[in-house]
Amino acid sequence: MARPGVRGGLRLNAHTERSTEHPLRPASPVESLVLPLDQHAGAAAVPLVKPGDRVLHGQPIAEPGGGISAWLHSPASGTVAAIEPRPAPHRMGAPTLSIVVANDKRDERYGAASPPRFEELSPQQLRDTIGRGGVVGLGGAVFPTATKLAGAADASGLRLLLNGAECEPYISCDDMLMRERARDIVFGARVLLHALAAQTCVIAIEDDTPQPAAALSAAIAEAHDDRIQLRLVATIYPAGGEKQLIATVFGVEVPTGGLPADVSTVCLNVGTVAAVAQWIRDARPLTSRIVTVTGDGVREQRNLDVPLGTPMAALIYDCGGYTGRMSRLIMGGSMMGQALPHDDLPVIKATNCIIAASPLDLQQRGPEMPCIRCGNCSAVCPAVLLPQQLHWYTQARDLQALETHGLLDCIECGCCDYVCPSQIPLAERFRDMKPALLEKLTADANADAARARFDARTARLDRIERERDAALAKKRQELTKKS
Amino acid sequence: MLPALLTMIGLAAAAGVAAAFAARRSERDRNRLVEEIDALLPQTQCGRCTFAGCRPYAAALANGAADINQCPPGGHATAAALASLLGREAKPVDPRFGNVSTRPMVAWIDEGACIGCVKCIQACPVDAIVGASKFMHTVIAAHCTGCELCIPPCPVDCIVMRPAPT
Repeated sequence: MARPGVRGGLRLNAHTERSTEHPLRPASPVESLVLPLDQHAGAAAVPLVKPGDRVLHGQPIAEPGGGISAWLHSPASGTVAAIEPRPAPHRMGAPTLSIVVANDKRDERYGAASPPRFEELSPQQLRDTIGRGGVVGLGGAVFPTATKLAGAADASGLRLLLNGAECEPYISCDDMLMRERARDIVFGARVLLHALAAQTCVIAIEDDTPQPAAALSAAIAEAHDDRIQLRLVATIYPAGGEKQLIATVFGVEVPTGGLPADVSTVCLNVGTVAAVAQWIRDARPLTSRIVTVTGDGVREQRNLDVPLGTPMAALIYDCGGYTGRMSRLIMGGSMMGQALPHDDLPVIKATNCIIAASPLDLQQRGPEMPCIRCGNCSAVCPAVLLPQQLHWYTQARDLQALETHGLLDCIECGCCDYVCPSQIPLAERFRDMKPALLEKLTADANADAARARFDARTARLDRIERERDAALAKKRQELTKKS
Repeated sequence: MLPALLTMIGLAAAAGVAAAFAARRSERDRNRLVEEIDALLPQTQCGRCTFAGCRPYAAALANGAADINQCPPGGHATAAALASLLGREAKPVDPRFGNVSTRPMVAWIDEGACIGCVKCIQACPVDAIVGASKFMHTVIAAHCTGCELCIPPCPVDCIVMRPAPT
């Protein structure tokens, strides 16, 4: 079936029936919370507290480290136990500098001055305020939201696109959020429309679950805001990818190397929008997020509202513990998630889902065989690339060809792996190859700049010499005339 | 007699014009080849190849006056790329021109020791050192190509090579 604007993709089993059976509930409080300072995209945050300090729930504990960065707030009241390197999930278990908060379980809240009604702020002031709430993209990319908004704010005719299309199988945190906090999302949408001076907002959700659609429709009707519309999109992985969703909803393609702002669009995850609402309306910064705990390896599959820094082991315990079939822990979805070395890692702003996978959940991979050039991968590639060709050049490390064949447009969705009859881990190969290509492109750009400076210098030295010769000749002429 | 003479003169003239065209044509092809070679070179401008910079080396390569294995900063990858472009036999970089470095290095000035003599600024082929006479100098690390040409002229030996910041 032809779908306007989108190519490729797969129809996959969502595996979310069980995790959405139970209503959302808060995770049980834990003794100690570990908050990596670099859990957002960009520069690591800089601590504002020191070990031994008393902190309150919602108190800023680290400020942006310059450039692209984000605030960090304490998710509980208690004392700062340490600021030291701790294993982090986004570093595949490698230690990264973290603030450790010992929770006193009294949940005393930081008395942040309630911000004024958002309508009274200018868009610029509102964007800055959003930044101080520590809000980053909760879809998984954890890009600081204020930076994203500031980068797009100058474009005219901006459209706001709220991404409620769950990107991957198993993840249901956005589904649950839309069922339970639809009002927050609609309030957040109004805040963001004001912050961007935009006039239209589309909330895009998948067509396979009726409850989120019903909840959002009711919330939109209640808000009486006709700038906000709901739009159902086909449940085809990876429809929830940013570029794919923009193509599906607006029928335009984000250019290679470009941003959604280049097509007058700002795309935000619904979780991010709800976080904006909680900060702007209730002065509650981003200190917790909804996490899906799922997979055949955990007893109770469900969604929890989890304070940041909660150890994953505690979360699994909260859900009844592991079953005997547990074989591998994954953060993220089943297609793009990362395997974790162990469960003594904190939940961070990027943790949308934890899969305790049993062999039933994992796609069985046989030994890798040679590419037979069947072309299945290019048929499913949502970025309209030729994975079989990229595979060829990856083996040859032909960086030039990889660039011209669009390796950097690969979104690493894993559709090509999924359909590959030769069991080639294509997406992994492409992911591994990207840093080398980026390095080459940087080196090329540096060489071009060095050449330009060398040429400019050569021209300058030539000019100076010519001018000096001319001046000397003139002087000599004058002297000859006099004598 | 006269027709024969005119014929010969005419033929000579035609041949001359053709030869002039061919020469100009080959001049253009040669320039294009120099551009293509230059694009493969790392633009370090260090002169270790014995030529005055990357483009002069490229010109010498196009003329057949240099070999493909004279560029240590480019390393074996550049030597291989040059061999493939020029249809010559691939070979590793000749150590007589310098060692192939494994990691990118940049110059660093010990600012406490710098006397502000501007000798390094004059030596830098890519304008990557800022400073003025009797004022402290410093290397713009992002612009430094690691050519090491600033090191010998320094009278107080305050410049060292360090790994490039990432």
